[in-house]
Amino acid sequence: MSKVRTLILRAPGTNCDAETAFAFERAGALTSLVHAGQLIRREQRLCDYQIAVIPGGFTYGDDISAGKVLANELRLKLGEEIERFVDNGGLILGICNGFQVLVKAGILPAPLHTGRPMLTIIANDSGRFECRWVHLSVSKKSPCVFTTGIERMYLPVAHAEGKVVADPEALPQLNVVLSYTDELGNSNAGYPHNPNGSVANIAGICDASGRVFALMPHPERCIRRTQHPQWTRQRTRPQQDGFQVFLNAVRWAQSS
Amino acid sequence: MPYRVEVWLKDHLPDVRGLSLVKDICDLGITTVSSARVADIYWLQADLEPHELTLICSGLLADPVAQDVRCEPASRGEEKVSADCHIVEVAYKAGVTDPLEETVTKAVLDLGIKGITAVKTAKRYLIEGQLDDYQLEMICTRLLVNPIIQQVVQVEPTSFPVSPQYEFKLEKLNLLHTDGAGLETIRRRFGFTDDELQAITGHFNCQARNPTDVELETLAQTWSEHCVHKTFKGRIKYGDVTIDNLLKNTIMKATEELNKPWCLSVFEDNAGVIDFDGRWALCFKVETHNHPSAVEPYGGASTGIGGVVRDVLGTGLGAKPILNTDVFCFGPPDFSYDRLPPGVLHPSRVFKGVRAGVADYANRLGIPTLNGAILFDERYTANPLVFCGTVGLLPRDLSQRGRQKPGDSVVLAGGKTGRDGIHGVSFASEALTDESSTGSCTSVQIGNPIVEKRLIDVILKARERGLYSRITDCGGGGLSSAVGEMAAETGVRVYLDRVPLKYAGLSYPEIWISESQERMVLAAPANSIQELLALFAAEGVEATPIGEFTDDGRLQLFYQGEPVCDLSMDFLHKGRPQIEREAVWKQPHYSEPDFPQPQDLGEELLRILGSWNVCSKEWIIRQYDHEVQGTSVLKPLVGKENDGPGDAAVIRPILDSDMGVVVSNGINHKYGRIAPYWMAASAVDEALRQIVAVGGNLERVALLDNFSWGDTSQPEILGALVQAAQACYDMAIIYGTPFISGKDSLNNVFELGGEISFIPHTLLISAMGVMQNVNRAISMDFKRAGDLIYIVGTTHNELGGSEYFAAHGSVGNRVPKVNPRLAKDLMDRLSMATEKGLVTACHDLSEGGLGVALAEMAFAGGLGATVYLEHVPLGEPVARDDFILFSESNSRFLAEVAPESKAEFDEIMSGTDFAVIGRVSDAKMLEVYALNGGKVVAASVGEAKRAWQRPLSW
Repeated sequence: MSKVRTLILRAPGTNCDAETAFAFERAGALTSLVHAGQLIRREQRLCDYQIAVIPGGFTYGDDISAGKVLANELRLKLGEEIERFVDNGGLILGICNGFQVLVKAGILPAPLHTGRPMLTIIANDSGRFECRWVHLSVSKKSPCVFTTGIERMYLPVAHAEGKVVADPEALPQLNVVLSYTDELGNSNAGYPHNPNGSVANIAGICDASGRVFALMPHPERCIRRTQHPQWTRQRTRPQQDGFQVFLNAVRWAQSS
Repeated sequence: MPYRVEVWLKDHLPDVRGLSLVKDICDLGITTVSSARVADIYWLQADLEPHELTLICSGLLADPVAQDVRCEPASRGEEKVSADCHIVEVAYKAGVTDPLEETVTKAVLDLGIKGITAVKTAKRYLIEGQLDDYQLEMICTRLLVNPIIQQVVQVEPTSFPVSPQYEFKLEKLNLLHTDGAGLETIRRRFGFTDDELQAITGHFNCQARNPTDVELETLAQTWSEHCVHKTFKGRIKYGDVTIDNLLKNTIMKATEELNKPWCLSVFEDNAGVIDFDGRWALCFKVETHNHPSAVEPYGGASTGIGGVVRDVLGTGLGAKPILNTDVFCFGPPDFSYDRLPPGVLHPSRVFKGVRAGVADYANRLGIPTLNGAILFDERYTANPLVFCGTVGLLPRDLSQRGRQKPGDSVVLAGGKTGRDGIHGVSFASEALTDESSTGSCTSVQIGNPIVEKRLIDVILKARERGLYSRITDCGGGGLSSAVGEMAAETGVRVYLDRVPLKYAGLSYPEIWISESQERMVLAAPANSIQELLALFAAEGVEATPIGEFTDDGRLQLFYQGEPVCDLSMDFLHKGRPQIEREAVWKQPHYSEPDFPQPQDLGEELLRILGSWNVCSKEWIIRQYDHEVQGTSVLKPLVGKENDGPGDAAVIRPILDSDMGVVVSNGINHKYGRIAPYWMAASAVDEALRQIVAVGGNLERVALLDNFSWGDTSQPEILGALVQAAQACYDMAIIYGTPFISGKDSLNNVFELGGEISFIPHTLLISAMGVMQNVNRAISMDFKRAGDLIYIVGTTHNELGGSEYFAAHGSVGNRVPKVNPRLAKDLMDRLSMATEKGLVTACHDLSEGGLGVALAEMAFAGGLGATVYLEHVPLGEPVARDDFILFSESNSRFLAEVAPESKAEFDEIMSGTDFAVIGRVSDAKMLEVYALNGGKVVAASVGEAKRAWQRPLSW
């Protein structure tokens, strides 16, 4: 069977591309790092891939607001192509800055064409960049194909703008995939378990199809044993929580 | 016409910037402020249709869900301003590059709107609460405005000043036919010594012509302390011996004599390079960025990181930055404002600014900040120290500095050139004064991390394709240093009017010496230059050929077709007269403290745990991304709750290999005032200790030295430098750990009204080791109740300069010494034990000695401990329990060993000083039993942890 082709999007300020590619390669995918400019100049085409990833970083320095400038670039110059990619069954993953980009481009939570934005991501309540490990629970009813079979995860976050805010009426309509909990799985455990003050402890959401998924934590930084902060204390599994996310994506793409 | 756009967070959302401002205002002692809000202001210079303006506001600058936007053709929005509502608007000064201008302009173009000619941004602060003018002024000067780059702007919208055009006029300086006074003016203007000016006059006499200003600038830059380390390379009369080049005779000599085959490139490139695994190489450089950080902490520190990252990028044929380390020395955060000298920023302002600068820059570059230290001392208040280090990874066969051929193009890549940082190197080599913060505006560079990130990405691509023959960074001295050094063996022609400028009005000397950030210089052969330029263009990075290398051994500069500089490379690089200095060393004597042993050493322990130097640095560590690149194996914070103080950092630079890199640092200025020799020896020992503590070994460890000293023209201060350098040699030789690179900052002096203050002699030793298997790494947190606690190493009565004596207001004289032969043997054996997996936790003993290390291991592991001081191996009889508990003797470790491993561990360690001193317990108590059997410490582990976390829980 031919390998799943994964596009890792690069833009000025992207900085998690290499480890994200590594995670997908380990999960059996074929990855290419593609600069946004190459897509815009049509030197590369989205439709040649099955999975597209917007990795973490500070695209365009997060000037104006995190992910905003790349979000506009994608919306205005690649909007239709992205829409077609999703309609044709492609998978999109946004990690950290990728989450901010997908939301501010209007790709999440709503499809591009529907009305006004309902959701955005702003500065952490702490007012600081937060680099720490968080416990996450996966919503059972979420259609997300990336989290199939996962109930809980322990992953690192590293961001200054990760607080999800939403219109109250929008909240019930959201496909929340991941929420912050404490080590026992209790939600509403407060800071630092919820590191940024996200409404309803939201850490990750997906679209109605479950094929467009974005999260603030970094699954690509929790692939193997020695990345786990407790590995010197406990017997930890050789494959870590984050790996399953990539494996799910590749398997789903393969089977379809 | 200018438009003004004001963006506010919606009222129902917490304005975190406002909240932290209120907190900072409270720290100033002003308690009347109830709330503060911060708005972003954008000024757009353009002619816009109304719908275009709306699109820019709602579609770009403001977030419809979270923000409200107000935009008019430039006129201030009218808030209802009550008497208790104060408005301050802060903008960048004209000439300071606005970091957002480039992105906003690009984003507006993406919207399909053309004709934006300029963008400026500002912050608008709304402060609620009763404030008199004096208080408001204080808030502005201490929190909101840095006069170096910013100003409070009044109600009128800032205009967009047009930069003045520059009229070319060649300036020659009359050296040959002038009197003493004339020569003196020239000497002062360029900062030459008398000997240097004499050599220069002689040189131009032979050519029977006067020099141009840019020729003298070039000599001044190239011959500055910052660039050539005059003092270290000078002739030093020390007692009855004369040291010709201290660097060669100590630090570099150790490397030569050790002659390790794995040292690939030492002391010749921008960073030292060692072999990693036969296929890859590692390079490491640590830079000081003290003076800029003193006057503009944020900009100074961020450009410090930017600079050292470019050093690594410019090493060999280019290395990928894979790890950052930061070491800071500040005044105490609780330093009284009343005692603050005029023109000096408060330590907490410097601390917060430096923290933000490093975090914003390093995080944006995607380089994990995994290791560091922060020291506090009142003597750093006027002259803080900022050390930034970067480790790089590059293919072994590209680890040598490149060689360009005559005819290769000189390509300037990255950011445009402006007035930033002009005379930065001479500024760095001069004393700070109370005017520094007003006078040195252009000496502070403004950084833009994303320009540098693009530059890193594209250069590594170009390296893979082999598109250039040589690369170096554009740092101190700007083009004059970068191109001047690069072309030293060949010669070069540079056309200054081809350099892309940020704004008009730069003179040709300014272009040549500007220290604008994010620039690299490459040598590109004719057959690859086109591909190189195309690649850079595709990645959106500016690259411009500005000249070509020659074979005539001359440095020739042209501006608008006119020759403006023609210097012989030989004179430029070999013509500088060696300086001569006197050095003496007198052993100072301090009174020994005579306080009796306190009853409860638990209280003493909590006091030391809560001291600025020992306390938890979690507040700052969490604001650095230490996970990016996915390489971290031992993070800076370890243990049950990820908040214990790890020793060295361990990373796995190649994700599918098991080999690791260990990075640590050793620094303790408090020993320096007693004995600089032992301060240096202790720093080396501490750096190596940490590598051994995490499961590494000394087989392949390279060292870096960073000297930050006071005024070395004073014999006593230079004497201290000689002592420290000698110790570096002695230690390196016996430990078998060569120095591969280093840096010195030798004029850390603050002048105020004729009164001069110096920083304490400060030596930072950074160590980088190779670890064969990262799965063998161990963390410092206790793992299991019932395990044995070993102390490894000898405890002496060595509390001179210790935290314990400091807590009792004295210095003492018995500074910790090092016996490197014993220490090496001991460390090798301990490495063997950890390699065999016999040690489950290990921590090195440093500030606060046994007591602090024990407490840290306990609360990091969420466990308790019981130890007996009577079992601690002593070097000589020590009668006092407090001295044994808090002695800072070097080469010591605490190790946790499971009872079943005891026999094997004892066998491996036999022949060294070590002993079981107690056990790990699950009682969550720290219990220490005195020599006489009584209990001297009975503290709850939780209490100890709280005491340790409290000071910096900001």
